[in-house]
Amino acid sequence: MIILVKNGHIIDPSQGIDGVGDILIEDGKIKEVRTQNTPTPTLPHRGGGQGWGGDSELRTIDAKGLYVLPGLIDMHTHLREPGFEYKETINTGTTAAVRGGFTTVCCMPNTYPVNDNASVTEFIIRKAAQEGLCTVLPIGVITKGQKGEELAEMGAMRDEGCVAFSDDGYPVTNSLLMRRALEYSKAFSVPIISHCEDLTLSEGGVMNEGLLSVTLGLKGIPAEAEMIMVYRDISLAELTGGRLHIAHVSTEGSVRLIRDAKKRGVDVTAETCPHYFSITEDAVTGYNTNAKVNPPLGAKRDVEAIKEGLRDGTIDVIATDHAPHHIDEKLQEFDKAPSGISGLETALGLSMKLVDEGILTISQLVEKMALNPARILNLLVTGPKGTLKPGADADITIIDMKKEVKIEAAKLTSKGKNTPFDGWVLKGMPVVTISKGRIYEWQ
Amino acid sequence: MPKELMNKQDIDRALMRMAHEIIEKNRGTEELCLVGIQRGGVHLAKRLASNIKEIEKKEIPVGSLDIAFYRDDLNIRKEQPVVRKTEVFCEVTDLKIVLVDDVLFTGRSIRAAMDALIDLGRPASIQLAVLVDRGHRELPIKADYVGKNIPTALSETVEVQLEEEGFEDRVILKKLSSEE
Amino acid sequence: MLKKKDLLGIKELSLEEINLILDTAAGFKDVLGRDIKKVPTLRGKTAINLFFEPSTRTRTSFELAAKRLSTDVINFSVPMSSVVKGESLIDTALTVQALGADFIIIRHPSSGVPHLLAKKLRASVINAGDGTNEHPTQALLDAFTIREKKGRIEGLEIAIVGDITHSRVAKSNIYSLTKLGSKVRLIGPPTLIPKEIEGTGVTVFHNMEEGLKGVDVVMMLRIQMERQGKGFFPSTEEYFKNWGLTPERFSLAKEDAIVMHPGPMNRGIEITSEIADGPRSVILEQVTNGLAVRMAVMYLLAGVRR
Repeated sequence: MIILVKNGHIIDPSQGIDGVGDILIEDGKIKEVRTQNTPTPTLPHRGGGQGWGGDSELRTIDAKGLYVLPGLIDMHTHLREPGFEYKETINTGTTAAVRGGFTTVCCMPNTYPVNDNASVTEFIIRKAAQEGLCTVLPIGVITKGQKGEELAEMGAMRDEGCVAFSDDGYPVTNSLLMRRALEYSKAFSVPIISHCEDLTLSEGGVMNEGLLSVTLGLKGIPAEAEMIMVYRDISLAELTGGRLHIAHVSTEGSVRLIRDAKKRGVDVTAETCPHYFSITEDAVTGYNTNAKVNPPLGAKRDVEAIKEGLRDGTIDVIATDHAPHHIDEKLQEFDKAPSGISGLETALGLSMKLVDEGILTISQLVEKMALNPARILNLLVTGPKGTLKPGADADITIIDMKKEVKIEAAKLTSKGKNTPFDGWVLKGMPVVTISKGRIYEWQ
Repeated sequence: MPKELMNKQDIDRALMRMAHEIIEKNRGTEELCLVGIQRGGVHLAKRLASNIKEIEKKEIPVGSLDIAFYRDDLNIRKEQPVVRKTEVFCEVTDLKIVLVDDVLFTGRSIRAAMDALIDLGRPASIQLAVLVDRGHRELPIKADYVGKNIPTALSETVEVQLEEEGFEDRVILKKLSSEE
Repeated sequence: MLKKKDLLGIKELSLEEINLILDTAAGFKDVLGRDIKKVPTLRGKTAINLFFEPSTRTRTSFELAAKRLSTDVINFSVPMSSVVKGESLIDTALTVQALGADFIIIRHPSSGVPHLLAKKLRASVINAGDGTNEHPTQALLDAFTIREKKGRIEGLEIAIVGDITHSRVAKSNIYSLTKLGSKVRLIGPPTLIPKEIEGTGVTVFHNMEEGLKGVDVVMMLRIQMERQGKGFFPSTEEYFKNWGLTPERFSLAKEDAIVMHPGPMNRGIEITSEIADGPRSVILEQVTNGLAVRMAVMYLLAGVRR
């Protein structure tokens, strides 16, 4: 099948494209991109040589007035399968992903069983091929059983399809082991994604530490719990020369540490999530468990620092940390409710606000949500993904900047309705998502 | 416009007559105690007591009774009645109590007042003195001493305004705009 | 008039609402002094004490307050209930409501639980202590006691001494006493006073002598033994040496200062017996006033329209 996306405003930072043009897709791959600035393309000749418009197998998508982006890549998703299918499945999670404009999601290994060996990795990849609506790339654990005791078989998992390793949610507290992980993973050129949290300092905490946690009577987690581990891991990356990626950066101090490290030339990259630049800890007021997330929502100065970090390039990636939970789990005591936000379907709209505010250009936004994740996970080679270059996977997200959408938690596609953004009106939501040539459209 | 039913002079005369009647019926002031129902009744009880003193040269005890806790309409009122002080300085047991209220209407406040009073002790008798009886009883209650009988419609309301509350002494009749 | 059907915390109350509760409580205190200590006011209503933490004092006080108002009371305590069988909090609360509760009086170790129930239930939810958040009726009875003893609250210097971090009593008192116009000082070890708390308008002292100078009211808090050795303070002996209320230290307060304690007391740890049983202690009056205040709260909540 041939797909022609016509007259869209194409943004592809990997080729420096920012202009109106057409994209031709053939057999799930990008065949050609032409814009006003590029010379007339060579047209595929089929069925009488009528060019791009004359083929019966051709599907044309009119993208006039719409932005056409390389498909977004979420490098931090919890799909919950295997083991927690009541929260989300590979099928429902990938459905939410394409609804949110993502064509690739990287699923975290804290499933049951945890993804600590090649057979679990293989299961996820096979299940995703059968039931997934978009590409699913697993992330394996750093340590066996996520216990923080001994390294998992990274090589075998990489061979089966893991693109990174992370002990998300259960940080590696043993510094020596973290050092070994950063060293060992170099052999496979895959990044170590670190969930930075000093568990002794954050113990029992359920929100950011500050006046609000005091007045709500909730145990606070000081920003330093994240910073201490960011500093440790940067030091270890510097020591080992390993590939370190810091997950869900949420505090002003961490942004500063990463900025300094990058200046020194340390091989470190970092991500943040939309909730860390969209809302503050104030969202917790009234004991709103949908605003309970780990790391916790920060103060205003943290939000400002995260935005600045995105603007100046300290933070490379916007990831969702999509963490769906069952409604009964969130309808509990604040202390007891699990942490996490269902984020796949709001991430793009919330990130678009940064474009509105002039913090990022739309091209920079695409870098944070597609190109940079592809770079970090080596997807510019395999796939390729995160780019619209000919030969790349036909992953495309088409968005309408003029259309406003009101978020209704109960109507989210994901099984997880746990969002603090219920009732928000967002712009720039996807109207068409193309994943490896499969088209998903919405009104 | 509200209609004036009694002026200051009318009220004074009625209270003086009622004082005489109370003394007459009780054959003096022995064992007598006046208890005003919050709020209007309290002022009237004090005035009656001073009238009685003028006539008999004897001081008789005056108490105040808050009936908020004993009302039977807590579930249907728009808001909870304000709780005021109950100060019955005399031991009520074996006394002849004269309950004093400004307006006698359905009789429900008097029922509540009797309950409240009985929770304080066992009076020898309870009598009732009201400045205005406007009819429409819903309970078998009758006043022993009445300042003035005023036939009214349910769509009207009777208001006793007293100097103690910062008004000029008078009793007025108003059309009821909404539920009391 | 109270604006909400629930009493969740002092934070949620206006100054007018606090004063209304205190004024109403005065009326109920009269009732408690009579031979017949019971009024028919809330006859036919049902209150359920839903306690997820052991408590004898507060539960008994609520129970008696309800009975004095002619309200039926049932105690639903955790070891007897199905909570141990893994029933969710919401299900437990809905079950209790289905039994016909008009008031659900809840104590729970997690902050915010009364707020969660209030959203889900038609019944009036009364917070009898949630986690380290609030214990509003304790603060109201404390304010009632201070007003009764001192004739006013505005302008008084009030010291709260002890473990502020883990004390819902301290939190509620900070909100009510500052709203009522007094100056609140907090005294205790730095490990037990969150540094951000000055944002609520209080002054923090770590030195007991300095903090007690010239105060009108000293409010002692219970030190929980389990904090010992957890890094909050090394030993109860050392705690007493630095922050225990002794006659010498109490003499630094105003001559007519009063001492309060929400109970239960640890004699010899946070307070000496000379002070606790002394002429300026109002600790037992606090208990009596607790009844009047809780009656007033139930009476006023019963009048809030749904």
